[in-house]
Amino acid sequence: MPGLGARLGRGGATTFLQDLAHSDCIVIMGANMAENHPVGFRFVVQARERGATIIHVDPRFTRTSALSDVHVPLRAGSDIAFLGALINHVLTHDLWFDEYVRHYTNASTIVGEDFRDTEDLAGLFSGYLPGERRYEFNTWRYAGQATDPAPSGDTNQDSQGYQQRVGRTHRPLQVDPTLQHPNCVFQIVKRHFARYTPELVEETCGVPRELFLRVADAITRNSGPERTTAFAYAVAWTQHTTGTQMISCCALLQLLLGNIGRPGGGIMALRGHATIQGSTDIPTLYNLLPGYLPMPNTAQPCATLADHLRQVTAPTGWWHHAPAYMVSLLKAYYGHEARPENDFAYDLVPKIGGDYSFQPMLLMMQEGAMQGLFCMGQNPAVGGQNARLARRALANLDWLVVRDLFETETAAFWHDAPEVRNGEVSAKEIKTEVFLLPAAVTPEKEGSYTNTQRLVQWHDKAVDPPGDARSEAWFIHNLAQRVKTLYAGDRSARGRQIQSLAWEYRDDEGEPDLETVLKEINGYNVGDARLVPDYTALKDDGSTACGCWIYSGIMPEEGRNLARNRNGDERAALGWGFAWPANRRMLYNRASARPDGSPWSERKAWVWWDPEQGRWTGHDSPDFPVSKPPDFQPLPGADGMDAHGGDAPFIMMADGKGQLYAATGLRDGPLPTHYEPWETPVGNRLYPDQPRSPSAKLHDRPTNRYHAIADPRFPHVITTYRLTEHHTAGAMSRFVPWLAELQPEGFVEIDPSLARSLGADNRDWVTVSTLRGAIEARALVTDRIPPLMIHGERLHQVGVPWHYGYTGLAQGDVANDLSALIEDPNSLIHEAKAFTCAIRKGRLSEGSDESTSEAAASSENET
Amino acid sequence: MDLMRPVRDALRRHVGVLPNPISRRTAEAQPRIRGANVIISVCPYCAVGCSQLVYAKEGRIIDIEGNPASPINAGTLCPKGAATSGLVDNPLRLTTVKYRPPYGKQWEERPLDWAMERIAERVKATRDTSFEEQDEAGNLVNRTLAIGHLGGATLDNEENYLIKKLFTAGLGIVAVENQARI
Amino acid sequence: MNETLSLGATTADKTGARPGAVGFLTDASLCIGCKACEVACKQWNQLPADGSNGGQGLTGFSYDNTGDLGATTWRHVAFVERTAPASSDPLGGLLAPAPGQTAWLMLSDVCKHCVNAPCLDACPTGAIIRTRFDTVVIQDDVCNGCGYCVPACPFGVPQLSGGDHTAHKCTLCYDRLVDGLEPACAKACPTDSIQFGPIEELMPRAVKRVADLQSRGVRQAQIYGDLRSGGTGGIDGLNALFVLTAEPETYNLPASPQRPSDKTLPAFVTTAAAALGLVLAAVGALRRR
Repeated sequence: MPGLGARLGRGGATTFLQDLAHSDCIVIMGANMAENHPVGFRFVVQARERGATIIHVDPRFTRTSALSDVHVPLRAGSDIAFLGALINHVLTHDLWFDEYVRHYTNASTIVGEDFRDTEDLAGLFSGYLPGERRYEFNTWRYAGQATDPAPSGDTNQDSQGYQQRVGRTHRPLQVDPTLQHPNCVFQIVKRHFARYTPELVEETCGVPRELFLRVADAITRNSGPERTTAFAYAVAWTQHTTGTQMISCCALLQLLLGNIGRPGGGIMALRGHATIQGSTDIPTLYNLLPGYLPMPNTAQPCATLADHLRQVTAPTGWWHHAPAYMVSLLKAYYGHEARPENDFAYDLVPKIGGDYSFQPMLLMMQEGAMQGLFCMGQNPAVGGQNARLARRALANLDWLVVRDLFETETAAFWHDAPEVRNGEVSAKEIKTEVFLLPAAVTPEKEGSYTNTQRLVQWHDKAVDPPGDARSEAWFIHNLAQRVKTLYAGDRSARGRQIQSLAWEYRDDEGEPDLETVLKEINGYNVGDARLVPDYTALKDDGSTACGCWIYSGIMPEEGRNLARNRNGDERAALGWGFAWPANRRMLYNRASARPDGSPWSERKAWVWWDPEQGRWTGHDSPDFPVSKPPDFQPLPGADGMDAHGGDAPFIMMADGKGQLYAATGLRDGPLPTHYEPWETPVGNRLYPDQPRSPSAKLHDRPTNRYHAIADPRFPHVITTYRLTEHHTAGAMSRFVPWLAELQPEGFVEIDPSLARSLGADNRDWVTVSTLRGAIEARALVTDRIPPLMIHGERLHQVGVPWHYGYTGLAQGDVANDLSALIEDPNSLIHEAKAFTCAIRKGRLSEGSDESTSEAAASSENET
Repeated sequence: MDLMRPVRDALRRHVGVLPNPISRRTAEAQPRIRGANVIISVCPYCAVGCSQLVYAKEGRIIDIEGNPASPINAGTLCPKGAATSGLVDNPLRLTTVKYRPPYGKQWEERPLDWAMERIAERVKATRDTSFEEQDEAGNLVNRTLAIGHLGGATLDNEENYLIKKLFTAGLGIVAVENQARI
Repeated sequence: MNETLSLGATTADKTGARPGAVGFLTDASLCIGCKACEVACKQWNQLPADGSNGGQGLTGFSYDNTGDLGATTWRHVAFVERTAPASSDPLGGLLAPAPGQTAWLMLSDVCKHCVNAPCLDACPTGAIIRTRFDTVVIQDDVCNGCGYCVPACPFGVPQLSGGDHTAHKCTLCYDRLVDGLEPACAKACPTDSIQFGPIEELMPRAVKRVADLQSRGVRQAQIYGDLRSGGTGGIDGLNALFVLTAEPETYNLPASPQRPSDKTLPAFVTTAAAALGLVLAAVGALRRR
């Protein structure tokens, strides 16, 4: 997640679930942990039983709130106003962790004179290019740093890969240790948040001042050498046009409180799928190569390997080693075809030149640019934003391959979708050739998952999959062999690309041996095929191959698959599975010790310097060069890790510091700013002229219309979410009878006063609509989604679980028929956690059909 | 004062005149996992990463429970994790290939081998007509934008590795995405 | 520590439970309403999904869609939404909402495995037995589906199945206990809201837990199933204890459950009389031979 990456160095959770039990205060915000991570929540309950204060900040009172000491209902999407006010509270009351902040963050670094804050420019940072809805970053640099050539066009490779690096010169940074210089980071941060007051929180978030102060008091009382506070978030932070900045705002606050890299502290990123962390580390993402190496992007010089390496290599900090990782990946991909004299076949690596993330893909399909699609365990007909548009896009494909356990909505879109059922379209008009292939489920295959705390765990195979069901590994292996055969003898570039691909996996009746794949991921010496012990052994000369450098060390020698380790007794459970990188369970754990290397306190000891042995030691694998002493001073002009002192815990950063101010890496500003959600019932009290994100990526078109600010037709805030009883788009839960019966159909949660005004009773049908679509469901009338006073007026929020669809045992209208395609500029994630809607009593068929696409189109004509 | 109570209590202690019979099923009761093969797996649902014990007899999964040894779940599971055996052993699961030709009105069953060959051919045809060696600005790009991939967050890491390797490095398919942005 | 132990020993005696008795302690203050217990129970016992709400879909009753304990639902999680009136105790915090704030109580209900079980008394066929674990089990291969146990239970636990027309309820995973395995629901419970163990350990734990909750401001914290509290009326004791954070009625538990058999002769008396008659007749027949 770039929100964490830009401030701390890596996008992964900084800590591990079990450690939450040792927190003194836990703030769950942007997450509904008890419902969506029930087993992880047991550590929160344990912390509570040990006396910790549990705070849940959420528009709804959920099963998480029920077990918390404090529930803070806030308006969906106003999180940065709330977090920013906490930051302001910490700074104005001198409650920041002085020694931690001075040594471990960039608080003292001086920023260039050209920088202008949103406070100076009415809601915009310097460098904004209005026509392109994006920023040019050069004015955000530290003072005295050379600027890079401005990227041309859209450089989305920044979105998850290389945002971590700061500065690119060997010149020493200008600092003011007194933190008084008006352009030092500390003062800039202080000024930026000065107007984030309890009053702002009250009117913007709808949170009473006393409740806000109670939270502020709890987190500050529980931070410092003796005590730590942890934050846990999930997609209720990511799914906003400002989602990345919400998370970055949390990281900023946690740095000021000195809670990163310390036991009971940190930021617990709660992922939603079994290996969503793994599928980002070893990505099936368009802009990344394994290990957060960026895909070459034509927006920057990338014609040769040297060009590309110049883009991805940092002079100082850990990313100095990037060439070894990139070249080793090319060796893993292209084998003996990758040689020094041909730039390791770099020319074969496809180059990106735009945004091909999930939402633009739907538009590419709709427009005919994309003609074939594989869906392997994803269900965009339900899970895709503006799902009507998503289904329309599927209907415009030439061919579609769906691999799943059941006939999902995506497989059935051509004969069972709402628009087919109601006669709007018919199967005989849909050209798509559909292949529906039965897939294997986890216990029917072996392989590894990476959980929410970066922990890689292997699963063994219990039984064969039934009938023609096969694993994805079988499918890809089989397909690879077939396409290689089809291209035999083809000397064109595209023929060479596939033929050069190294594909030598042993197989057993077509099922490739996955430990062989794991060996390739771990890395090996090309000469003798011996496995490398970890990523420090990787070379940039072609003598090593490695499929994902951050996983290197997972299989350090033959027969030792550490993901299969199952000794989990001690505190950090280092013998259970393998956590990337280097089996570290808590990232940046150098910060758990004082600058001199001793623990901040006995109570919070984790990793410390042992002067007798001359090494870092403790409960965890140190996230630091193990023999670099705490008083190490870098020589001027030193490269790589030698440029970092002994008190620089954030090793991925060029300066080794936590970034209170992120000079690079965030596309919408070095500091988080409160912008309203793109669809909002109210204006922005801080920046009336710039109410919404100036760099959110829009896809305004007749089939994806947005609501204007305070559009009276759509007066309510709507938020979508999951339930404990179901999983994501439902393919893995709505077909399972034991789960289907627990939440058998879709529903809409509304508060009693809204229900009264609609004339709707509990369980009555209601219809919810936006300019994208309309759905019907039964109303669940509850005080758990309270109306709030915002800008002095009562505001209702409407809640809709998004699991449901038109196949399976538990069905309901598709909540994502309501949501819109729109992107956070950093993560390219949509905004389903806060938009606006209309609601009325009655079924869809009973009313004027507010917002079918035709209505949307005609409304476009009106405006 | 309940005068009958001492009588009833006495009778109860004597379990009536005759003891209630232990039925054959009760006498023979034993957990069905006794003697089963067990392997260690990971829950396929959310990202907490609960360790599971999967019990199988005669090639069929008969029970899936939490693994007590795990430092994360210590034998516990949530409702979804507890339902995993119902996901695996489910009469609604697909076990054959279904095919829908263009403009077709219903599914047709097809052999797996046929489907694989047909898919490979479709990939090649679409790729061949859309492959860009250079973009409009003359950059060497070696890619196709005409094929996409979705999914991966519940596939194994090794599978994701192979997907990215084949699709992107081997076929030039760049629009490869998963649920990380959902 | 000693005090707790002796308290427990006393209490255990008072429940009437025999040494070696095992059971549940279900703690509402730890329940997150996830329903893992419902599913783990159905999974282990291979119980069908009821077709929730009798196939009528959403009940509209908070997040409860399985309604009640039944022939195929042996664990059931109750959801109680309460909003504190504006004039309420301003304490706030854990499970005690501040004025105008919401609380959401959750509790996993189950067969109480009564020490003095009315269902067992009511059963004319001897299908219901007290096991060596001091649990109460309906033997479905003996049960003839007469249904006498259904009204006998003050908690509404045993129900006749529409499938095989015999009575069913929680067995406390009798088959698992045979091999020393923990019951499926208790094993699955992520937050240890459901605990399994010897009653003589669970009771003192419950006593301590209630004292702890009360000291943290949960004034209505109480044990359900403890004789001394009187909370279980005419039922001598329960092998499924509960720690509640509100009055029992809030969770739809009877405050004073009554044994219907207190007002009539136990079924086994009439059965015994009938059996005696049969024996006499047989003896008579033998004599005549």
